[in-house]
Amino acid sequence: MVAVAKLTPQKIAATEARLEGATLPEGAGWARAAREAALERLRATGLPARRDEYWRYTKPEPLYELPAPRAAVFDAGGEAPVFGEIDRVKLVFVDGVFDPDASDEPSLAGVEIARLSEVTQADIHWAKDLFGVLEARGQSPVPRPLAALNTALAPDGVVIRVTGKAEKPVSLIYLHRDESSDAMLHHLVRLEPGAELTLLENGPAAARFNKVLEVDVADGARFHHVRAQGRDHERLAATHIFARLGQESTFKSFTLTANGRLTRNETVVEFTGDDAVAHVAGAAVGDGDFHHDDTIFITHGAERCESRQVFKKVLRGGAMGVFQGKILVKPGAQKTDGYQISQALLLDEGSAFRAKPELEIYADDVACSHGSTTGAIDETLLFYLRARGIPLEEARGLLILAFLAEAIEEIEDEALAADITARLEAWIRRHRRAG
Amino acid sequence: MLEIRNLHVKLEEEDKEILKGVDLTVEAGRVHAIMGPNGSGKSTLSYVLAGREGYEVTEGEVLFLGQNLLEMEPEERAAAGLFLAFQYPVEIPGVGNMTFLRTALNAQRKARGEPEISAADFLKLVREKARALKIDADMLKRPVNVGFSGGEKKRNEILQMAVLEPKLCILDETDSGLDVDAMRLVAEGVNALRSPDRGFLVITHYQRLLDHIVPDVVHIMADGRIVKTGGPELALEVEKNGYADILKEVA
Repeated sequence: MVAVAKLTPQKIAATEARLEGATLPEGAGWARAAREAALERLRATGLPARRDEYWRYTKPEPLYELPAPRAAVFDAGGEAPVFGEIDRVKLVFVDGVFDPDASDEPSLAGVEIARLSEVTQADIHWAKDLFGVLEARGQSPVPRPLAALNTALAPDGVVIRVTGKAEKPVSLIYLHRDESSDAMLHHLVRLEPGAELTLLENGPAAARFNKVLEVDVADGARFHHVRAQGRDHERLAATHIFARLGQESTFKSFTLTANGRLTRNETVVEFTGDDAVAHVAGAAVGDGDFHHDDTIFITHGAERCESRQVFKKVLRGGAMGVFQGKILVKPGAQKTDGYQISQALLLDEGSAFRAKPELEIYADDVACSHGSTTGAIDETLLFYLRARGIPLEEARGLLILAFLAEAIEEIEDEALAADITARLEAWIRRHRRAG
Repeated sequence: MLEIRNLHVKLEEEDKEILKGVDLTVEAGRVHAIMGPNGSGKSTLSYVLAGREGYEVTEGEVLFLGQNLLEMEPEERAAAGLFLAFQYPVEIPGVGNMTFLRTALNAQRKARGEPEISAADFLKLVREKARALKIDADMLKRPVNVGFSGGEKKRNEILQMAVLEPKLCILDETDSGLDVDAMRLVAEGVNALRSPDRGFLVITHYQRLLDHIVPDVVHIMADGRIVKTGGPELALEVEKNGYADILKEVA
């Protein structure tokens, strides 16, 4: 069990300092109640501090202290836009503010798309049953105060209800233009029984970005999620995904992170129906002032569910990678199949990887495995490639990509996998050793 | 084609001399075999020629097509036409066999100032060479050598050799771990590559491979030196009497 940090006077002070002057966004009575409840959850635990066990490897303060650290806007130049070749419904946010002019008409058969700021004015029962609900469930046994902060204060987001099989992905594009922007977005996705949706996300969003995505996957529904976080070197991000999976449903999420000074991506998955599948994967490549933290918590509360966590990091120039992954198998969750692998490839001695894999199992008929490795490029493989005529840097690139392959293979759609692979190849080319 | 003169090599990490003055010349169009007991330095010689790290050349020189081989990077040696079929081919998870072969071929072509091969021509080339070696489409699709049997790995080495068309082929104990059928396939693959402008250096512990790949010249290596050179009959002598007699004779 993760020990819940004590609410110290310092924590109370830090939390109140963050909330000072903050006002809850306007909304209907139910939305206001949900936001106030989130504030209560936040005040009950306080904002995270480095001394918290759950934040041992990642410094949380820059993710919430005011004012947000500035981050230069990165110019990708003539680079092909992420997911540029994918036919999708684009919704654009600039520094966290929805830009209707830059966005597509949000019409897609079998999919209702709205804005959180609109939905919270109205009386929409499914949104009421979701907003802050999965986040609240995810606060135990480990508190996630930055997510509660988000539920309380995030002014907007996208709200999606899927009743059929969406014929193309919904794509959230986060642009960063203001060096001092501090953005929060809160998205809700509800997949009705048998529905299917692919959600894409890309871009840095802001100098600092706090995002929550609550996904409710009903029986037999399928949710695919692929995101590419922005390349802005100085940006900070704290993201949470809370997913609840019904019977025979599927949830697959992949994240590519290339650069960014500080990223904490938490994914919290709960199986509530039998025979469901959840795959959470990530490829992170970082150079220099790069700190990337994947924190995953998967709760098996039903029988015969399969979960996979595949996380790969390539680090150089003093970059730091963190993985905290937990599989919790509740009493009665028999025939659980849980797999977890976290691996780091360190391209130099200054880079480091810290991993904390955890299994907590209360059922007696389960198959759970986990592994974690840290290493350098295998010189034997490198020589083999060079002996066939492949130049040193190209050979290194091939092996780096090969190392990441297991994570990329988690992306089902070939075109999306190809797009992500192209990003990684470009990163490898840019970061070749001089000479 | 290949001239090795008084080559002395020691391991970088320990002060142990492995090659103690090797002299050897391989001409185009000829097959030279090196035989010798375990620990004689045969595999070290192949690694030093291919450019593997961990060895220090303390004396001597190696010329390959007139160039100073020891000053070249491994990839430069490959592009110049040197190929080593590994005794223990490595598995490379995550790198597809076809991707690997094509990357290698195009890298060599690029290094030589030749145009890259088109995807269609490449596919045709590989399919044709693979068929002769009984390498099926599934093996080509899989990651390099991952899950291959010993025989499949060795056949894959010969496939690479056939596709890359090197000028000098060094085969390091290619027969080890092969059953009779696999050895015949490998030998046929090698024999198909024999040509007047290509040289071979076949390193083996046993004579049996040389029944299938008939050498022009046989060298016996012992304690880091070539101690005896002769025709194919020398291999038969080893088969019959073992190495002890020859070593006694040259001691």
